[in-house]
Amino acid sequence: MRPRMNPILIFFAVAAALPMFFGATGLFYDAFQSIFVFALVGLGLNIITGFTGMLNLGMAAFMAIGAYAFAILTCDIYPFQVGFWSGLLLSGFIGALAGFLIGAPTLGLSGDYLAIVTMGFGEITLDVLKNLEAITKGTQGINPLPRPTIGGWTIELQDERSWYYLLLLILGVAVLFVRRLERSRTGRAWLSIREDALASQCMGIPPKRTRMIAFATGSAVAAVGGALFAALLSSTGEPNSYDFQVSILVLCIIIVGGMGSVAGTLVGAAVMVGMNAIVLVKLADLFGSREQGASSNVLASPNNWKFLIFGLALILVVRVKPEGLVPPRLEGESGAQPPAPPKSQSGAAAQGAGA
Amino acid sequence: MELDFFLQQLITGLSNGMIIALIAIGYTMVYGIIELINFAHGDLFMLGSFLALTILGALGIDAWTGGSTWFGVLLLLFCSAVFCAGLNWTIERVAYRPLRASGKLSLLVSAIGASFILVNLGLFWGGLPMEVFAGGVAAAAPKDFPPLVPNTNLLGEDSLVQVTPKDLLVVGVTLPLMVGLTWIVTRTRLGKAMRATAQNPIAARLMGIDTDRVIGATFLLGGALGGFASVIYALYNNTISFQMGYRAGMDAFTAAVLGGIGSMPGAVAGALVIGLVRAMSDGYLETRWTNTIVFGILVLILIFRPSGLLGSRAKEKV
Repeated sequence: MRPRMNPILIFFAVAAALPMFFGATGLFYDAFQSIFVFALVGLGLNIITGFTGMLNLGMAAFMAIGAYAFAILTCDIYPFQVGFWSGLLLSGFIGALAGFLIGAPTLGLSGDYLAIVTMGFGEITLDVLKNLEAITKGTQGINPLPRPTIGGWTIELQDERSWYYLLLLILGVAVLFVRRLERSRTGRAWLSIREDALASQCMGIPPKRTRMIAFATGSAVAAVGGALFAALLSSTGEPNSYDFQVSILVLCIIIVGGMGSVAGTLVGAAVMVGMNAIVLVKLADLFGSREQGASSNVLASPNNWKFLIFGLALILVVRVKPEGLVPPRLEGESGAQPPAPPKSQSGAAAQGAGA
Repeated sequence: MELDFFLQQLITGLSNGMIIALIAIGYTMVYGIIELINFAHGDLFMLGSFLALTILGALGIDAWTGGSTWFGVLLLLFCSAVFCAGLNWTIERVAYRPLRASGKLSLLVSAIGASFILVNLGLFWGGLPMEVFAGGVAAAAPKDFPPLVPNTNLLGEDSLVQVTPKDLLVVGVTLPLMVGLTWIVTRTRLGKAMRATAQNPIAARLMGIDTDRVIGATFLLGGALGGFASVIYALYNNTISFQMGYRAGMDAFTAAVLGGIGSMPGAVAGALVIGLVRAMSDGYLETRWTNTIVFGILVLILIFRPSGLLGSRAKEKV
């Protein structure tokens, strides 16, 4: 267990220390707040795709469900107004419920069909959010959203450092939760289903129910991530903030980080979101062309190179380190675990999804 | 009146469905042979139409001028098909082949990466300082594609139902291609090798089939179909954008899954269904709900018939 915790501990230690080297506001906080939020959503997807091997291409929809549930439950234009913390919890429950409702009829589908159903669900969710303007306020988004209070002390929107630590704390709780879950009876059942559903069934693990629990749990974690995403902006933003590209970003986070690895998800979020939010912005500053978005030459604005860089990075990572930057250790390697379920194909633990 | 409207939607739906079918075949062929959702395919299609527009700009053709325009259309079809085939083959070579041993997800991510790169190239392409790209000032804006094929009604001026030369173009290009492809797959040595590789790559290799070459050929064929589709799409809709690959790819992949992925007749059937559902939903319901309906139907079909309309129900091997 000990060597396994290290990358996670390093991540949190570094993250906790970082604000000392930066000012009280600025680009740094924006970037890291997104990193933490997407790490949370990534943890959710890691349960579904990484642990249980179900390819989900619609994670943004669960983020959106969390964000809109949180907004509708807390915003003062709606009758509920349950407050920040209850809103956060309830949005997690609603996310789980949504995951359950989507999962119940579809989890019997084999890998790629499930992928396409989740992708379709993402599109449907986006359309519903755009079209039901009476409830979702269309492109305006729902705002303003309440700020969190801890024992009478309210974290204001401008107080970026407090938000930073709040998110880091919530992420920490989520990481602990997922790590415990991974080692629980349920978590072991997930990994076993991923490696060989048929063999697990023979060992008495009900595949459908196990998959369902994973799907609902992952959706709940992602929904909490979505709720925080909205809370940070004090608005759900426009529905397009939850489009297919966001789902792909989350997928890339866990693949680049290492499928089925909690530490990998954290590192993956730092690399992918960090690249997006820090490197590209810095590059743009360097070229000094950020102000003139509609510059006459497309090549002049680094923002227009974003997808090229992103795409090349993805291809390079899977080429050079296909198991991810921080691959999960195989069960039993740390000594404290009973041996892994038999009959995994050579080194398949890192990439057993989608079978 | 009611019937006229219905017929009109039917024609529109079928024409769009035929275009989707050409793209869907590219997806289903690749999936059938290496089990990869080739995310880059839709964006390949997008680049094909950008090439066509560039050629038109270079030649200075912007309207129907009789016989020579037919030659121009054929030239566009040929160039885009060759370009997309070559590009698809190159992508396979560079981004997919080295990863074939390392699992489906790595392949998928590589395909997503390739897709991002192609989208970005499309954005740059739109910034070319050419007249057809409006001088390249607004690179990201949708581009007008010259209406080479006239929009006249072949059923006469006063007929309420419109059948235009565009519809004929779509049918005239797609049908021979589908027949030709079916011939290649079912009657030629290459087709036999493709089917064998799809069924069992290891056994195919043991039988002396050069599976790498067969897979390369599959990408060439699928890419060429995407190239043809890109030209007729542009001629049919008269507007192209660097972002259209996503939507087209989504429709085509949905069609492939709907028909039973890996099956070519299935892909065509699925595409026609998608085209018709889109047209009917646009006509009788609200356009903004069309996507919801398409994907809703997809989800329902998959729940009740998990291997698609024409897919075979494979039992898991124990």
